[in-house]
Amino acid sequence: MFETFSLITLQQYWWLIVSLLGALFVFLTFVQGGGTLLFTIAKNETEKTLLVNTLGRKWEFTFTTLVTFGGAFFASFPLFYATSFGGAYWVWFAILFSFVIQAVSYEFRKKPANFLGARTYEIFLFINGLLGPLLVGIAVGTFFNGAMFSLDDMNRVTWGTPFRGLEAVLTFHNVALGLAVLFLARVLGLLYFMNSIDNAAIYERSKKHLFYNTIPFLVFFLYFLIALLFMDGFVYNPQSGEVSVESYKYLHNLLAMPINTIMLLIGVVLVLYGIISTLLKGGTKGIWFGGIGTVFTVWALFIVAGFNNTSFYPSVFDLQSSLTIENASSSHFTLTVMSYVSLVVPFVLGYIWIAWKAMNNKQMSTEELEQEHHTY
Amino acid sequence: MLEGIDLSLVNWSRGQFALTAMYHWIFVPLTLGLAIIIAIMETLYVKTGNPEWKRITKFWMTLFGINFAIGVATGIILEFEFGTNWSTYSWFVGDIFGAPLAIEGILAFFMESTFIAIMFFGWNKVSKGFHLTATWLTAIGANLSALWILVANGWMQKPVGMVFNPESARMEMINFWEVLFSPMAVHKFLHTTSSSFVLASIFVIGVSAWFILKGRDIAFARKSIVVAAIFGFMSSIYTVLSGDSSAREIAHHQPMKFAAFEGLYNGSEGAGLVALGLISTSETDPSNENLKDFTMKIEIPNILSYMAFMDWNAFVPGINDLIRGNEKYGVMSATEKIIRGKIAIEKLTAFKEAKKSGQVTVADSLKTEIMSPDFQKNYFNYFGYGYITDTHSLVPSVPLAFYSFHLMVVLGMYFILFFLMALYYTLKGKIHKHKLFLRAAMWTIPLAYIASQSGWVLAEVGRQPWVIQDLMPTMAAVTKISVGAVQVTFWLFAIIFTTLLIAEIKIMMRQIKIGPKSEGGTSHV
Repeated sequence: MFETFSLITLQQYWWLIVSLLGALFVFLTFVQGGGTLLFTIAKNETEKTLLVNTLGRKWEFTFTTLVTFGGAFFASFPLFYATSFGGAYWVWFAILFSFVIQAVSYEFRKKPANFLGARTYEIFLFINGLLGPLLVGIAVGTFFNGAMFSLDDMNRVTWGTPFRGLEAVLTFHNVALGLAVLFLARVLGLLYFMNSIDNAAIYERSKKHLFYNTIPFLVFFLYFLIALLFMDGFVYNPQSGEVSVESYKYLHNLLAMPINTIMLLIGVVLVLYGIISTLLKGGTKGIWFGGIGTVFTVWALFIVAGFNNTSFYPSVFDLQSSLTIENASSSHFTLTVMSYVSLVVPFVLGYIWIAWKAMNNKQMSTEELEQEHHTY
Repeated sequence: MLEGIDLSLVNWSRGQFALTAMYHWIFVPLTLGLAIIIAIMETLYVKTGNPEWKRITKFWMTLFGINFAIGVATGIILEFEFGTNWSTYSWFVGDIFGAPLAIEGILAFFMESTFIAIMFFGWNKVSKGFHLTATWLTAIGANLSALWILVANGWMQKPVGMVFNPESARMEMINFWEVLFSPMAVHKFLHTTSSSFVLASIFVIGVSAWFILKGRDIAFARKSIVVAAIFGFMSSIYTVLSGDSSAREIAHHQPMKFAAFEGLYNGSEGAGLVALGLISTSETDPSNENLKDFTMKIEIPNILSYMAFMDWNAFVPGINDLIRGNEKYGVMSATEKIIRGKIAIEKLTAFKEAKKSGQVTVADSLKTEIMSPDFQKNYFNYFGYGYITDTHSLVPSVPLAFYSFHLMVVLGMYFILFFLMALYYTLKGKIHKHKLFLRAAMWTIPLAYIASQSGWVLAEVGRQPWVIQDLMPTMAAVTKISVGAVQVTFWLFAIIFTTLLIAEIKIMMRQIKIGPKSEGGTSHV
């Protein structure tokens, strides 16, 4: 089936899949957001243990989605993988370090003889929660604002600054996206606590902080989105491959792809509905509206970054080195093979759903934890 | 082609990859093997209904969880390191190498991470059958992830199923099944997983031996030993068989590695296997410090020829034959390979220049020539040799390859005997009387780790200077970045991973001391 598809169709198909994985990852950063709130929401050790355990049963989904996102990007757009990871060395390593220290923290935190003490592992979770979403957001910001690389005729990367990617923090638009992702992660973390923990005090405190975190989220997100509409973008000529700057490119993309724009708007509305309805009416379903809304919004933004002849990873150091879904992709054969593999994704999502339902059919309580053999 | 690449950058980048890979490999084999042992134990619980098996399962599951977390932590770095530190490599082979990594994530990691949550936290939430299925799927997921990463590694040792495309300046996949079912990859997978089962079985027996020596939880320990000894014995036999097949693959496709791990300098018909040997520190060839011979060796005649080619009298080329060539046996010299590699690089450069200057006809005809099967076979297959300036740099570290191989093999043989003794003593009901064996069992745990690490040292050091056999030398694969940056990340990894390893060992030892819980107790307090 996929063999008969044109190369550009497969490239678009894979950009959709990679973007969807990125969007799912942002949703799943509720684990990271929750990690930054342990000291804020919990007022005693029992409450903190409840928070850690409810997040601890989901951290691997986020982690696995990040790893799969990396693998899928490598398989489908290897030139991005080589250019961005090899180029923006410090940004990616900072992200990875934060995930390394997170991965052991749930398991080690409460274990006797854990060498560093429970507090250190909680700080590790905080660092991961802060740096992970913030830096991922800043890195994705360079999809719109460009990065400082050039490629030679063998596609070997040279970076234009000695800061190897850290210079992205000098562009406020990148930082705004980073902060928007960070506060969104915290918002989702709070909604998740309210959904999955059977504890009135935690619920009330989460609700209060939901309001505090929604405001900076909206400020930074709306700044990012509005600035995006007015900024220059990077367009390529599909025949020659030549890259040039176009005024209002992202606005043009939104107008040229109305279905995607509707998805973006629905996404934003769902996130807002999840937050506002929870603030006004209470309830536990906010995470689902917020989560689905996040997936739609981020997915649509990725599509804006890569479709409609847009360079998804532009170079402001050497414009013609900019990456597009056409020049950065794998071969037709590899994309075809991977497309067959992608057919198992619904099956994977299916068993994740069954497992999630089986594990979350009842809210977590202190009584439940007391009966558990394995706790964090 | 290699302008601006500093040798110390290559060495630090290699050092970082070796450090992170070896740390990761401390935890992975235990995860792979213990997952299956736990699944077997839980199956016994479900089949017999005996709650003792549930208690046993939960104890080993606790140790599994501690080990698993740090395995995950050290693993994420490896995937992204291909991009951060080996970006030229990532582009050159990303069309082939990326696919197994993506499939690993989609098919294996999700399975593992979804069902591990049920395995740990689902005892009171799902039915017995569902839980057992989750435990098995966790074990299968873990081992499936090993399959895909070893397919990727196998491809680096023996690249198949691809063609070089001058247009994109990279290798492109043309046959997925050839990549997946490459005998090199299949044997590597079987050898790596079965040896991991061996390591985990030794771990279970060693820890159980400690309980017996302490005179506590005897029934638990004996049951654990029976399961681990049977599983370990079967796995160790299979490790030998798959190792033998792997060696044959190496003899055919990586003859230099084969010669290096046998310390074979001069090839011969009916070559003997050096069972034990000491590599000399005196030079046998003053022009090359790598070329050393034995001061002492015990050799078994003809075995090497049989091991390599299933023929007692076959010719096995030595290091000198592979460097200088051996016309009689059709071994091409390194110099000839370098000439062919340089021709391949020159053709590619000419193509790139023709493209740049708009000479479409010239570029098209060069592309057709480069992509022709004849050119790919006779010239492009030696592409990497075009980067080589000194033929002696084609010889990996012989002492490292030789000793790591022999250490692995000797320990592997000991493990078979070890499992048999463990099984015999336990089934006879007398294991508690054999204090010496029980102490030896505890000390066998570090030996299993040494054997496992030695295998990877052999696989990776033995194939140097290649990152992709014959096509890309390691020095050409590295990301152009300051040495200082790599040094900083190297030391950061060294500090963080060492700290986490200390924490892991301390936690693990405490959990072992706490021992298996009666039903209903929590494992962390």
